[in-house]
Amino acid sequence: MTALTLTNVNKSFGPVHVLKDINIEVEDGEFVVFVGPSGCGKSTLLRVIAGLEDASSGEIRIADEVVNQTPPSKRGIAMVFQSYALYPHLNVRKNMSLALKQERQSAEVIEQRVSEASRMLDLDAYLDRFPSELSGGQRQRVAIGRAIVRQPKLFLFDEPLSNLDAALRMNTRIEIANLHDQLGASMIYVTHDQTEAMTLADKIVVLRDGRVEQVGSPMELYNNPVNQFVAGFLGSPAMNFLPAELMTPGDTRILGVRPEDLSIAGEGQIKAQVMHVEHLGGDTNVIATLGEHQITARLFGQHEVQAGQAISLGYSPDRTYFFDGDGQRLA
Amino acid sequence: MNKARTNPLNTAAMHGALILYTLIALFPVFVILINSFKTRKAIFREPLALPDADSFSLIGYQTVMKQGDFFLYFQNSLIVTVATLFFVLLFGAMAAFALSEYRFKGNTLMGLYLALGIMIPIRIGTVAILEMMVATGLVNSLWALILVYTAQGLPLAVFILSEFMRQVSDDLKNAGRIDGLTEYTIFFKLVLPLVRPAMATVAVFNMIPIWNDLWFPLILAPAEETKTLTLGSQVFIGQFVTDWNAVLSALSMAILPVLVLYVIFSRQLIRGITSGAVK
Ligand SMILES: Nc1ncnc2c1ncn2[C@@H]1O[C@H](COP(=O)(O)OP(=O)(O)OP(=O)(O)O)[C@@H](O)[C@H]1O
Ligand SMILES: [Mg+2]
Repeated sequence: MTALTLTNVNKSFGPVHVLKDINIEVEDGEFVVFVGPSGCGKSTLLRVIAGLEDASSGEIRIADEVVNQTPPSKRGIAMVFQSYALYPHLNVRKNMSLALKQERQSAEVIEQRVSEASRMLDLDAYLDRFPSELSGGQRQRVAIGRAIVRQPKLFLFDEPLSNLDAALRMNTRIEIANLHDQLGASMIYVTHDQTEAMTLADKIVVLRDGRVEQVGSPMELYNNPVNQFVAGFLGSPAMNFLPAELMTPGDTRILGVRPEDLSIAGEGQIKAQVMHVEHLGGDTNVIATLGEHQITARLFGQHEVQAGQAISLGYSPDRTYFFDGDGQRLA
Repeated sequence: MNKARTNPLNTAAMHGALILYTLIALFPVFVILINSFKTRKAIFREPLALPDADSFSLIGYQTVMKQGDFFLYFQNSLIVTVATLFFVLLFGAMAAFALSEYRFKGNTLMGLYLALGIMIPIRIGTVAILEMMVATGLVNSLWALILVYTAQGLPLAVFILSEFMRQVSDDLKNAGRIDGLTEYTIFFKLVLPLVRPAMATVAVFNMIPIWNDLWFPLILAPAEETKTLTLGSQVFIGQFVTDWNAVLSALSMAILPVLVLYVIFSRQLIRGITSGAVK
């Protein structure tokens, strides 16, 4: 069974064509992450799946049922928003149980589901508080709890961590991963943070300008990007792109090499000038210039490299990628 | 806390300024109140003196009570004002929600059309309104006033409220939709509480002109049983002689309900419950 199938989904706001022929499948129990730069249509796609926006054309199936005409509350989905969107006039318990009350569930079922969710998310102590009396992390947990109690067929997360600080973001990320394991539910998660995408996803969907660029597991996309955009989007620091003619005269292709595949070598292929060095302890990032081009090398361990010095960087030819002038990957 | 605000000297200066302003604002009310309890002679001899044993008199209040049915006028004014506020807030908020929340053809045009009402005074249409009221048989009924005042108040209400409703988080409304709330529940339970300060502002803005209006009561509902307080008080103001005792007593009594309504609404202005909802 597939949790979600999108077939040729399009969405326009008047003359603005935001989503273009989207085809995506989400298997049962799969954790799928939509990534892409800001404004590429991730939130719009999620809202179309949720039913908050109507698709201009195309078919949306949730659990093998066409839901194009189904209102959001009947689609068997639950959504967690970036801004938490808790009901300000209800306490935590009522925030979580409101949807169940709307579904006319019995009091025992409501009580049982709320207490289970609050145990999972460590919210027992806060059940009688109001949203204004909670910290950001607690609010986001309540928002997640509100989604869990509905036992949806599909969870939708729209950048749920972007309002949290770095430490909390990492904790909550792990919490969401645990939650996915425990519930075994299908989840769609939107982010523009490629670390979140790589760490959480079973499958990543890379979007650009309302189009799906590539779909695959994190390592598939990392090792085998179909084009320059995907290659540059995943991985941090990003992949280096250089005209291949700098190394082999007459070559019109674009060479891509990841920062961690570069190393300092006596007779390296790239001779560059160090511009800046970042000492991270475990790693050292060397940013160097080669004419007008900038190149980043990520060296393992600590290295004595000074800004301004000449450096010779080497890579192994089987760790390179080649792209044509349009950014398409060449074999 | 800001350092400047904890400094006792600054605090004193701040309170001094506020108290001074309060005194200036309340002074006319105070003068009306004290003089309403004085004899006619005392009013003119020493307008600022407090009523003492000599000058104390309830003659104004007695005249007011004897002359016409003052409690009925009072009741009429109250009914008209409260009913109008209710309709302006209800319909204004609903229209504002529709305009700010839903995309439909003619949305902008509709908004502009409603905003036009702010710039064109409704009194220009008095003759047409009177003809309409005569045709529908509403002349000399409180409904005539309620309808006209509602029409008069709606444009500004829609304008102010839709601006505020645009600021209510979309995520919150969408969360409600996903949880299965109807659009009405979203409107009444989620959005209205968040725009309560704006509603209070609209209520205060509408209340006073309606309470004090003389024009429409005079034209649309001058009958004895539909007279409003302002219209009823006019009997004491003559072309040659004005019964100041009665006028001041009537005014004193007219101030009270507005004051009470104002206190109710201003509490809403201060109360902010949005914190913690989003972000
Ligand atoms: N209601 C709307 N009317 C017109 N255009 C819209 C509307 N909503 C979104 N858009 C446009 O659709 C595009 C995609 O918006 P969307 O919010 O889906 O981006 P996103 O990928 O979620 O970006 P971000 O990472 O910044 O959240 C944007 O260019 C936006 O301007
Ligand atoms: Mg977004």
